[in-house]
Formats: sequence, C-alpha cells, structure tokens
Amino acid sequence: MKKKLGPKGRYTTVSIPVTLYERIKNLINDTGFSSVSQFVIYVLREIASNMEEEKISSSLTDEEKNEIIERLKKLGYI
Amino acid sequence: MVSRPHGGRLIDRTRVGSSLERLREESNFMEKLEVNEGRAFDVANIAHGVYSPLEGFMNRNDYESVLNSMRLEDDTPWTIPIVLDAEEKHLKDLREGDEIALSYKGKNIAILRINEIFSWDKKRHAYSIYKTTSSKHPGVLKIMSMKEMMISGPITLLEDPQEKFERQRLWPKDTRVLFEHLKWSSVVAFQTRNAPHTGHEYIMKAALTFADGLFVNPLLGWKKKGDFRDDVIVSAYKALLDRYFPKESYVFSVLRMEMNYAGPREAIHHAIVRKNYGATHMIVGRDHAGIGDFYGPYDAWKAFEEFPDLGIIPLFIREAFYCKKCKAMVNEKICPHGEEDRIRISGTRIRKMLTKGERPPEFLMRPEVVDAILSFEKPFF
Repeated sequence: MKKKLGPKGRYTTVSIPVTLYERIKNLINDTGFSSVSQFVIYVLREIASNMEEEKISSSLTDEEKNEIIERLKKLGYI
Repeated sequence: MVSRPHGGRLIDRTRVGSSLERLREESNFMEKLEVNEGRAFDVANIAHGVYSPLEGFMNRNDYESVLNSMRLEDDTPWTIPIVLDAEEKHLKDLREGDEIALSYKGKNIAILRINEIFSWDKKRHAYSIYKTTSSKHPGVLKIMSMKEMMISGPITLLEDPQEKFERQRLWPKDTRVLFEHLKWSSVVAFQTRNAPHTGHEYIMKAALTFADGLFVNPLLGWKKKGDFRDDVIVSAYKALLDRYFPKESYVFSVLRMEMNYAGPREAIHHAIVRKNYGATHMIVGRDHAGIGDFYGPYDAWKAFEEFPDLGIIPLFIREAFYCKKCKAMVNEKICPHGEEDRIRISGTRIRKMLTKGERPPEFLMRPEVVDAILSFEKPFF
C-alpha cells in the first residue's frame, strides 16, 4: 500500500475495476465532483460513518440521567 | 433521536469525589502554566465533551491534519485547531509525559499530561484557517499575538472556570438528556454572536416550523471591538424568547467559546459543537462567522459539501429582509417584489443607531430587545 503526503494530507491507493471507474467517471459529469477519487472518498466516508453510528450505544446510566433531570428542574429547564 | 456525539463517544474528562480531591491536592505540587480566558474555557469545553472526540489540546499530527485537510488524523471532520500556546521559557524544564497544572486567575483548573511540545508557523496557520494573513482580520491578529510554542496532551478538569451565567449554561450531557426528556427527535441549533434583530427571529422561526425544538446557543467570550458584550446578548435573547417564542419550543443555553471569524471553516466547527450538544440540524445563514469581505456570502454553504460524514444537517436559510409591500420579514425566495421595496438588515447600522442611543424601528428590532440593550451603559466591546 503506497502512502504519500500531499498538500492536502495523506493518501493511499486502492484499486477498483476499470469498468466501475469509467461508469463513475460518466456519472459524475456536471455533479460538482471534480474526479472519481473525490466521489469515492465522499461515498466511502458516508458509508463508514453510518456503519460506525450503528455500533454506538448511549453511555449514561438511568441513575445519571435522573440526576441530570433533577438539576435541569432546579434550573427551570423542565 | 438526537445526534450521536462527534467521533462516536461523548468525552468526559471530569472527575468527582475522592479522585477529584486527590488530583486537586497533587496539582499543587506540579509545574503551573497560567492560561488566558479563552484557553480556560477550551479546557472546560474539552472536559465536558463540547469538543468530542478531543480529550485534550491537539498534538502536531492532528494539528497539521486540521490545517491541511480539515480533518483529524483519523479522518474525523475538524476544521478549527484547538491548541494551547505557551512561551518557550516556561517549557524548558518540561518533557513529554510530565503532568502540569493549568491555572486560570491563580486557580488550578486542570491537569495536562504532556504529549508533545512543538513549534508552529503563525502565518501558515493564519492562511490555512482564514485564507488571509491580513492584519485587518481579527482572527489573524489573535493568532499573531499567540505564543511561539504549542503544548499538547489530554486534560483532566479540576474545576470549571467561573461562569457568570451559571444558570444558563448547559453541557452536552445535560442537553442530550433534556432533548430526550422533551421527546424532541429533531433539534435545530441556532448559533449567534449578536443581540437578535427581526431577521434572526424570522430565521429561527422558519427553522423551528420544521423541527421539534430550537436550541439557541449564543457564543460568549472574546469578540472583536464593536460586537455586543456577553451580558447584553443574554438579556436581549431573554427579552425576545420570553415574549415571542412558546416556552416549550426552545432551549436557551450559553456557550463560552471564542469567535474566530473564520467563515466556512468556522461554520463547520459550529456545527460539530452543536452536534455534540445533540442537535440534529444547524442553521447556517448568509456569511456565517464571516467578517467584512474576507469570505463570499455563501462560502460557508459550499464548505458543507466536503463533509458527507459530518452527522448534523445544515439548514441553509437565505438572508431575511423587510419588504414594504409584503409588510413582513421575508427572503428572496418568497418575496416577489423588487429591491426598491426591500429594507436590508444591517447589523452594523443597527449597532451604530444603538451606540447613539437611537431606537431602531420596530420592524428591525423588537422594542423589548432594544430596551434590554439600551439598559446597558456600554453594550459593545
């Protein structure tokens, strides 16, 4: 895996089928994406972010939540 | 459901009970580094998760990555460096791994475990963040006045810096529980650094029409000369919200965080912070966090295109103006009349009137808001 430090940060190379590359290249005409790489980064970040979100659960216990609710009542928020 | 914390986990660098007492005691024997107001509130914001996923001041890799690609080293979106500057002479006996006490106004407020001490290039920093090195830009001026070294590492909070508006300050943990309690699944955040005029009211109400609740979250702290003072902002919002918004529709809470006037980059930063508070949407208006002609009026809108993984939805709301024919606050999308019928709201013009003790007309600012502002002898920085 090659890694290089460009003016905008660190990048590495991944391979995708040429047919898919061509398909995306046609798809992104007039969409605001200036390259296939830009499109691929956009899509992968969105998918990665969604997958990460699914793994996260709430970190507060019921007791902690109740303490906060009592404080919010005292402050007049509830 | 409210937004997930940025980076996946709401950071908590606070301690309670005997653990806190022990750390406070230990901090008395540590080297001390006195910090200014802005950094003291950054410490509190880190500790309470406002800047999640940051657990401390940025190390060199994160800092460089933010300057170069508007992301942390692990690819999480982040656009404004959260850094601690220090004078070289105060750091000469310190090494990586050392713990130091950060003090503010003579009180130890946190312990910082040093990860790294590094030098930085102020001009490069300024250009990367502000796209200018002009001394006319208040953000650039602030950067140029900072000290020559950076010190990074995770912090542990010992004591919150004193807050004048303690009863109006909520942390992300509080708002997340509050929004859930109120059964709000869509929460739109409104960032402001001004006292509200009718354009702001229009924008907030337009957004609130489509959301369960509105989170009004003004920035308090250092601002440029001529901006409203903190207590004026709080009083003016109270005057507006108490009388013109249904009580159950909004939450008002202050945020101590310095303005940078960094336009597009700062708009993203403001969104990340509000995401940590649990907001699902954020209002991004014309020239958000901009100043003068340094940024285009809608540059901030374009900046969001680079962040599909931001995790908070920007609401792009056009500039509001008063139309003499519509006899209402409107925007160009909903008003068919010409420029000759439109009265543009200029914050500068309103501030000039208020400085002279004049009352802006009612269609520009609610009388109760004007009363609140004029009750202060010196409403501006």
